[in-house]
Amino acid sequence: MLGFIGSRLLQAIPVLLVVGLIAFAMFAYVGDPVSIMLPQDHTEAQRLQLIHDLGLDQPFPVQYAHFLWLALHGDFGISYRLAQPVAALLAERLPATLELAVTASMLAFAIGVPMGVYTGIHRNTPLSRLFMTLSLTGVSLPTFLLGIMLILVFSIRLGLLPSFGRGDVIQIGGWWTTGFLTLSGLKALILPSITLGLFQMTLIMRLVRAEMLEVLRTDYIKFARARGLTNRSIHFGHALKNTLVPVITIMGLQFGGIVAFSLVTETVFQWPGMGLLLVKSVTGADIPVMSAYLMLIALLFVLINLIVDLLYYAVDPRLRTKR
Amino acid sequence: MMRAPRWIARCWDSDLFYSFRRSPTAVIAAAIAFILAFGALFAPWIAPHNPMDVASLSLMDSFKPPIGMEDADWSNLLGTDNQGRDVLSAIMYGMRVSLVVGFLSVIFAIVVGISLGLLAGYAGGLIDATLMRVADVQLTFPSILTALLIDGVITAALPTEMREALQIDVIIFAIGISLWPNFARTVRGSTLVERNKDYVMAARVIGVPAWRIMASHVLPNVIGPVLVIGTLGLGLAVIAEATLSFLGVGLPPTQPSLGTLIRFGADYLFSGNWWVTIFPGLALVLLVLAINLLGDWLRDALNPKLR
Repeated sequence: MLGFIGSRLLQAIPVLLVVGLIAFAMFAYVGDPVSIMLPQDHTEAQRLQLIHDLGLDQPFPVQYAHFLWLALHGDFGISYRLAQPVAALLAERLPATLELAVTASMLAFAIGVPMGVYTGIHRNTPLSRLFMTLSLTGVSLPTFLLGIMLILVFSIRLGLLPSFGRGDVIQIGGWWTTGFLTLSGLKALILPSITLGLFQMTLIMRLVRAEMLEVLRTDYIKFARARGLTNRSIHFGHALKNTLVPVITIMGLQFGGIVAFSLVTETVFQWPGMGLLLVKSVTGADIPVMSAYLMLIALLFVLINLIVDLLYYAVDPRLRTKR
Repeated sequence: MMRAPRWIARCWDSDLFYSFRRSPTAVIAAAIAFILAFGALFAPWIAPHNPMDVASLSLMDSFKPPIGMEDADWSNLLGTDNQGRDVLSAIMYGMRVSLVVGFLSVIFAIVVGISLGLLAGYAGGLIDATLMRVADVQLTFPSILTALLIDGVITAALPTEMREALQIDVIIFAIGISLWPNFARTVRGSTLVERNKDYVMAARVIGVPAWRIMASHVLPNVIGPVLVIGTLGLGLAVIAEATLSFLGVGLPPTQPSLGTLIRFGADYLFSGNWWVTIFPGLALVLLVLAINLLGDWLRDALNPKLR
């Protein structure tokens, strides 16, 4: 078990180092921090002093190591656009993005699984065909367009739900803010999470459907039928249980994707999260924020992969006996 | 003069075309794609108005609703926007830009993907491991994030006065790079199968250079799957470009694509002028849906196991 975790961690380190290198290269070579930070009427001595202070006269590996060391301590530099520490900016927006991503995943799971089970069991009914057509449209419909259409129908025409922002949020602890505890916060969450979750929902639905079709053909299902078990117990007790392992894996692996992809949804709904910050930083050529975001997302992906691997290890006994 | 009809007849009788004729979805999707592409390609000649011609615009005509609503005008079938620009014409011109960017980025991704895929599959060893590791890591990130970051970094690196002129090249490069792993992985897989076959061994024995074996022996065998991924990739590229333009990091307002139109139209959603953004959006969905359906059909048609 320990060896397993160790080998996974060892595989993750080169990935993080390479992403860190890319982030550092962006940080160090794109744009010119020296000319941005110097006053208009600077002397050559001031310029050299600043270059020395920033450590830009050091050899590349030293600079890179220094950059990583600072990043490990949560120091990602100062945003060019907002003149605040990047780490604080990101930390302030992290709760909004995570709450949106978690809600979207839950929604996708809660709707996608039943739809997949239904289309897997009743392959050729009109409702199944409808679901399959809907899922194809869901794949072809760009996220931002779905958001706009939802705003048009539910915010403008029906006036039911807010079209932007997080609503009222409550502060928990030192730095976490949550919209789960107020009515306006929950209402504000509905449209963005549908927008963000729809693609995942179609993915889960198709996956569950394919797995169900596969499992329903196997011998142990035939045997269960021969034993005279009810359809309900066969479908849900035997078949569905065995389809859920890959579904949970995919959901876990996709969670990082949801967090990253939320940048589109956040822009449509002006959701005050990390994605919106990233988009504004890209338009404002704010390199430190971009490089910090890249590293943070890479770390998130690596952590999620690790957790999924461990879950797999815990869920699937065959993995344990082989080693 | 005799060759052309025979060529057409051969094409008509081919397996691919036979399966095309037998699939109503493919025929409808092809028809939609053809109509949209035709309208986009010949926009300067067949569009009812020229949306680029600022002189012909009149603020008096702004926010005319589409046909079927009150105060509609037959000269603006889908209504007009805030400056009195005809929405239908703007869509036709916008789709032109979207399609050009989509095609060029997919071609770029195919060129990069095929070259690196052949290299990885044929050379093997460390080159293979490195390239595929990079591809794997990149594939775990959503391609829109890759494209956004590449676009942002290049734009920040460019001097301000060059940004607008090069924006279209930057976006093609960014989307192309975000799509290359799909092609590289497929090509590498097929190359691994092909390179151990006897004919490649024979070619190597008689001293054919490696690049020539790859280009003229291995490549033709991997072109089928590339075509399928290319078609589906075109849909992805069109969506990616629209999304980037919607986020405001895509094409300059002087060259509005469908995404740009949707972005500007969304500002007028709250004043009730929904048609300015919804019609370009529908055009985008229709285009992508048609491309995806064609890609799905092509995948099934080229797969001999499903015949």
